[in-house]
Amino acid sequence: MLILECPYCGLHADETELAPGGEAHLKRFGPGSSDDDFEGYLFMRENPKGVHFERWRHANGCGKWFHAARDTNTLEVFGTYSAQTTEPPQDIKDKISARRPGWTWREFA
Amino acid sequence: MKRYSVFAVAREAARYHTGWERAWKSPEPKKKYDVIIIGAGGHGLATAYYLGKNFGIRNVAILEKGWLGGGNTGRNTTIIRSNYLQDPSAAIYEKSRSLYEDLSQDLNYNIMFSPRGVMMLAQTEHEVRGYLRTAHANALQGVETRFIKPDEVKKLVPIINIDGPRYPVLGALWQPRGGTARHDAVAWGYARACSDMGMDVIQKCEVTGVRQEGGRVVGVDTNRGAIDCDKLGIVVAGHSGVLAEMAGFRLPIESVALQALVSEPIKPCMDVVVMANTVHGYMSQSDKGEMVIGGGADGYNNYTQRGSFHHIEETVRALIETFPMISRLKMLRQWGGIVDMTGDRSPILSKTPLENCFINCGWGTGGFKAIPGSGWGFAELMAKGSSPLCDEFSMFRFREGKFIDESVAAGVAH
Ligand SMILES: Cc1cc2nc3c(=O)[nH]c(=O)nc-3n(C[C@H](O)[C@H](O)[C@H](O)COP(=O)(O)OP(=O)(O)OC[C@H]3O[C@@H](n4cnc5c(N)ncnc54)[C@H](O)[C@@H]3O)c2cc1C
Ligand SMILES: [Zn+2]
Repeated sequence: MLILECPYCGLHADETELAPGGEAHLKRFGPGSSDDDFEGYLFMRENPKGVHFERWRHANGCGKWFHAARDTNTLEVFGTYSAQTTEPPQDIKDKISARRPGWTWREFA
Repeated sequence: MKRYSVFAVAREAARYHTGWERAWKSPEPKKKYDVIIIGAGGHGLATAYYLGKNFGIRNVAILEKGWLGGGNTGRNTTIIRSNYLQDPSAAIYEKSRSLYEDLSQDLNYNIMFSPRGVMMLAQTEHEVRGYLRTAHANALQGVETRFIKPDEVKKLVPIINIDGPRYPVLGALWQPRGGTARHDAVAWGYARACSDMGMDVIQKCEVTGVRQEGGRVVGVDTNRGAIDCDKLGIVVAGHSGVLAEMAGFRLPIESVALQALVSEPIKPCMDVVVMANTVHGYMSQSDKGEMVIGGGADGYNNYTQRGSFHHIEETVRALIETFPMISRLKMLRQWGGIVDMTGDRSPILSKTPLENCFINCGWGTGGFKAIPGSGWGFAELMAKGSSPLCDEFSMFRFREGKFIDESVAAGVAH
């Protein structure tokens, strides 16, 4: 069972309390953008086997959206952090580097 | 290859079964093939088989990182049906279902196809309207389905509780020619036929890189060395994203866990497949007597072939309401597979941005039923560059907004 700590209310919530929200840090492209950018934003996904960043909502708790850094290959959770950021914070990146040296995910590493 | 037959059984019985030969060879990889298929699941093997049978392309290798059919093909609950909504889906799923009918004869391998009938329960008014629509669409597509009333459901499935209380059975979409087959046998039968045509089915051979020159594929790197090819088919289900990254493109796919479970064997009690999409569960009885049960997929990315327990709990809780008699059954085994989900719940059979590299994926929770039809179409696509069965399922359909929306027909994971 997946357990994530909600960065807002501090609860350790198991997944029945949470709603998964898919890949995090998508760059939004709207009308007027190129077909490539629009397609990439709407449909294309990283889907990595390894380090991944996701959006989650503490649905049956405080109701807020947050981000999680996980490994999809081992189900290890590296940490959770606020949704008000376009990039994982440095302490999360450091935690991942300690466990998965040399990891990359899109332009973050 | 010696053919299997009743005479072969008698002959071997008379000599203590010493004459059976290996069903397929275990060759070392050659330096080069005309076509390499990555992934020896049902879809990869069927593709190779029809490349050989329909197009005479036999210098083919099928590379498998684990064992034959050890991916989703050997983990699925084997429901075969073709009662989808959209025309392109009806075309490929119905082709597939009809190929299943004489696949045992074609492959000379008993795949135990059992056209016992598949029933999709309507348990809300919304579902009734949805399935009536599907039944009409199927009539136009030439797919035999019928909307049946609760009393007919009860006649076909005496163990069902049609009165609710929460989700009464209001009717069902009935496809009498749907059914099940033996999953391993489908992989094994195709593998044996491929091997017999001179193709190399190579197990424990993991592709670790896709080599390209000037925008076209020239070969693959594997844990058993580099192998060249003229054309490459990527048919790896849950690992499609990983292979696409090696080949240098992205896919509109996410990989999640889907689980199933079986009960202890009991006497025959249900001779059709029943799916209950509102409550997210489905059930059939295997030839061994086990009740085979499946439910919904997990909501987040996962490559571990293990799913979340609460999905099992939800599935079983729902099915107990519909089939009260299973409440005392012990469950024997539970397992998971990694399924490749697209946004419109339809597969991808497509050329890719890399020339001569093709991809067959996105079958998600429901691709076992499609194995023969997908192999048939994808072989044509790889051999000729186009196939009427596949062309609508291009990976570029998303950017054009030409979705093949099957989120209703695919409803529950199966
Ligand atoms: C629990 C469950 C129940 C299901 N129930 C049904 C059902 O009732 N009806 C239905 O129609 N469908 C069902 N499905 C879906 C169905 O199983 C799949 O759609 C189908 O089996 C996919 O076949 P495949 O050949 O594409 O993939 P797989 O059978 O998964 O084959 C892909 C192969 O590629 C190999 N591979 C991966 N990466 C590499 C690499 N780098 N190098 C070499 N080889 C590699 C894997 O080891 C694997 O063997 C179910 C799935 C699950 C998990
Ligand atoms: Zn919270």
